[in-house]
Amino acid sequence: MSDLLPTGHKKIEEMRMEGIVKRFPGVLANDHVNFDVKAGEIHALLGENGAGKSTLVRQLYGLYRPDEGKIFINGEEVVFHSPKDSIAAGVGMIHQHFMLVPDLTVVENVALGLPSSRGVILDLDRVRKRIELLCQQYNLKVDPYAYIWQLSVGEQQRVEILKALYRGAALLVLDEPTAVLTPQEVDDLFITLRRMADEGHALIFISHKLHEVLAISQRVTVLRDGRVVGTRPTAGATKTELAQMMVGRPVILQYEKSPLKMGDILLKVENLVVRGDRGTDALKGVSLEVHSGEILGLAGVSGNGQRELAEALAGLRPVKSGRIILNGVDVTHASPSVRIATGQSYIPEERMKDGAIKDFSVADNFILEDHAKPPFSSRTFLNFRSIRQVSERLVQEFNVKTPTIDTPIKNLSGGNIQKMILARELSRKPKVLIASQPTRGVDIGASEYIHQRLLEQRQAGTATLLISEDLDEIRALSDRIAVIYEGEIVGIVDGKTATTEELGLMMAGIREKPKA
Amino acid sequence: MPAKTEYTRLLNRTIEALLPLLAVPVALLIGAGMIYALGVNPFQAYGTLFQGAFGNVSGFTQSLVKATPLLLVGLGVTIAFRGGVINIGGEGQLIVGALAATAFSIGFSDLPRIILLPLTLLIAALSGAVWGGVPGVLKARLGVNEILSTVMMNAIALQLSNYLLRGPMIDPAEIERGTQIAQSDLLPQAAWLSRLMPRTLLHGGAILAVIMAVLVYIFLWRTTIGYRIRAVGLNPDAARYAGIPVQFYQALSLILGGAFAGLAGGVEVSGVHHRMIEGLSGGYGFSGIVAALFGKLHPLGAIPASVLFGGLLVGADRMQRATQVPSALITVILGLVVLFVVSSEIWARRRARRRETRG
Repeated sequence: MSDLLPTGHKKIEEMRMEGIVKRFPGVLANDHVNFDVKAGEIHALLGENGAGKSTLVRQLYGLYRPDEGKIFINGEEVVFHSPKDSIAAGVGMIHQHFMLVPDLTVVENVALGLPSSRGVILDLDRVRKRIELLCQQYNLKVDPYAYIWQLSVGEQQRVEILKALYRGAALLVLDEPTAVLTPQEVDDLFITLRRMADEGHALIFISHKLHEVLAISQRVTVLRDGRVVGTRPTAGATKTELAQMMVGRPVILQYEKSPLKMGDILLKVENLVVRGDRGTDALKGVSLEVHSGEILGLAGVSGNGQRELAEALAGLRPVKSGRIILNGVDVTHASPSVRIATGQSYIPEERMKDGAIKDFSVADNFILEDHAKPPFSSRTFLNFRSIRQVSERLVQEFNVKTPTIDTPIKNLSGGNIQKMILARELSRKPKVLIASQPTRGVDIGASEYIHQRLLEQRQAGTATLLISEDLDEIRALSDRIAVIYEGEIVGIVDGKTATTEELGLMMAGIREKPKA
Repeated sequence: MPAKTEYTRLLNRTIEALLPLLAVPVALLIGAGMIYALGVNPFQAYGTLFQGAFGNVSGFTQSLVKATPLLLVGLGVTIAFRGGVINIGGEGQLIVGALAATAFSIGFSDLPRIILLPLTLLIAALSGAVWGGVPGVLKARLGVNEILSTVMMNAIALQLSNYLLRGPMIDPAEIERGTQIAQSDLLPQAAWLSRLMPRTLLHGGAILAVIMAVLVYIFLWRTTIGYRIRAVGLNPDAARYAGIPVQFYQALSLILGGAFAGLAGGVEVSGVHHRMIEGLSGGYGFSGIVAALFGKLHPLGAIPASVLFGGLLVGADRMQRATQVPSALITVILGLVVLFVVSSEIWARRRARRRETRG
């Protein structure tokens, strides 16, 4: 076999990281980690948030320097001072957030930052020819002359992969690449990744989704608390086993749901039209009904109007037309405080931006909505004794891990901040709950806990609108599933019978076939 | 090595906490360079400065007299900052407060002292609140940048004062004598704040200011309105999410900030000059911002900060008399203090962020 890749670059036969230690103040992010990947292999790196996956690959990409340990490429020790060094050695990385310039074309983005073969004069035509060749070789469907802003998220990701290949990546790191994709786009991505492996690239695939890891990788390494729990060949590994390795204890993958007791309609959205940040309509006539005791899941690829819907329901974004009826009250143009008083709780998508004040203590964050009501205050003066009492109780009850209730929230982990918000919102005994991405960036343990709580709330009769881009989460919890695409509801299906394929098609905007 | 990381973290924290305090010595050091360039011995100049400010009873009481308006303005600035808005209008609010206090007490001079004095100060605060409220309402309703509008309100207040002191409010005695000095008639004695020490200018306003600092502390940290102001200042998005009307509390912060600066103006006429004079504010509206920043935007921290800066202002005058170093130098030093305090905060925040991501 040739030691050259189709791109003309040298293969990385083997990359080995030995005894990697990386410390952050108070945290041992990587504790003597050994990890390796070979040419032609897809090696999955599995672990919860904060397990040290990103820290490990960032050292490989030259973003961090290891405190201890060595990195070898093809048996030779390498030291990367910056991504420039690692790119020169053939390492590429696809970040979760794309680094593309929206107003430039694909060709221009790929050429950006590279020297031109013709000195000061651009050689975009030559770049285009190479891009077309790469697209052919790796089964990537991209129009080289499209502007980035015209492309879907999946296509943008392909451009990122193109960029890395163009720069000669023999080893490609993909950090949670599927988080932003529809199921069909995931399939396309996997075809490309397999092709790359066949051509002799080495791939590191980071994920916390077990079924994807099982589907794509040859080997899987599980990290927990900065340490390697184990490396297994994927063939023969099971979901249950991997989940247990990740969390360190048995994990529930299928929730026991009590039978559905659907009551009155508590939240009714009629023909809602809402403007997005760019001034165009982000919601184009959305209608939904959520009943007491039901979880309605809203599935969809990121950026199809979910955020605008959540904000309109919370009263944070003006409604252009249509109506919102909350518990029988028309709240279409009501302020957030009216909605809160009418019995709506909201778990916002961006918990640090909207849901919490990072410089406030845990206790101060608990009273964000109800500080002007007893028992927290006599309207004028805050009652610190009862604030402390309630805070202590909620921290216990919702298992929020914090040194004290006076600790500023910014010192807590994402999962614990989310549990704090959940505690605050659920302790208000809401009639209607809008939960937007409730477990994004939260570890499995906390996710599981949050899911259980949402199900308890369902049993207590709350009408829940669960907005999530995580299809597994939607499917595990929802009684009915609505799919949103470009600001419109494509269809609403039964949660028990919906298939991933059916939902995936709907998420891509293909309407539900009329039942024969 | 947990011990070591714990130790370095503690060290880092300490450095960050002490850094703003270094702003004063570093600013003085640069000032020393300037004094040296003027051909004066910096030790001698600073010697007279500190001797003049804190070295004897008359100097020290004078420092406290200057500290009083600084503290009141600083409290207003603190409230505004805590509410996430920046009030640069202390100067104008102070002038308007002083004008209103003067006009009111002269107009109602037959009222008994127990009513007239509190009402005079209240009127001063209210008119300052109106002056701060205009930018507040403009911001809440139309999103007008409060930094610009408060500065513009300063110019309006100054011209208003110039007009009133040369026209409607001028001391009749000045017209009779034909000297035409732009100052008002004397306030009725019933509207004077009591002097606390014989043969000094120290007056009851100093005590009032300290009481106000404690009240502002209680207001910001113990009441629901204070909680909302702080929530709005730290994260307006989250405050809005929680049903707090953000614009209202931003406007309220500016109104309250104006009230304290207006009160400072009332205290100045009623406690020190006993009449409205031109140049009454003497830059307190700006120096008060420095005092608030140096007090780490904490009402109680503003107390020592105001005393220090009041002392610098007094000492600067003595220094000028003794060594011919212009007292304006102290304005430069105050400016440098602001620069260093603000940049040290930014620096500390960057360090903290870098530690979080990189270690």
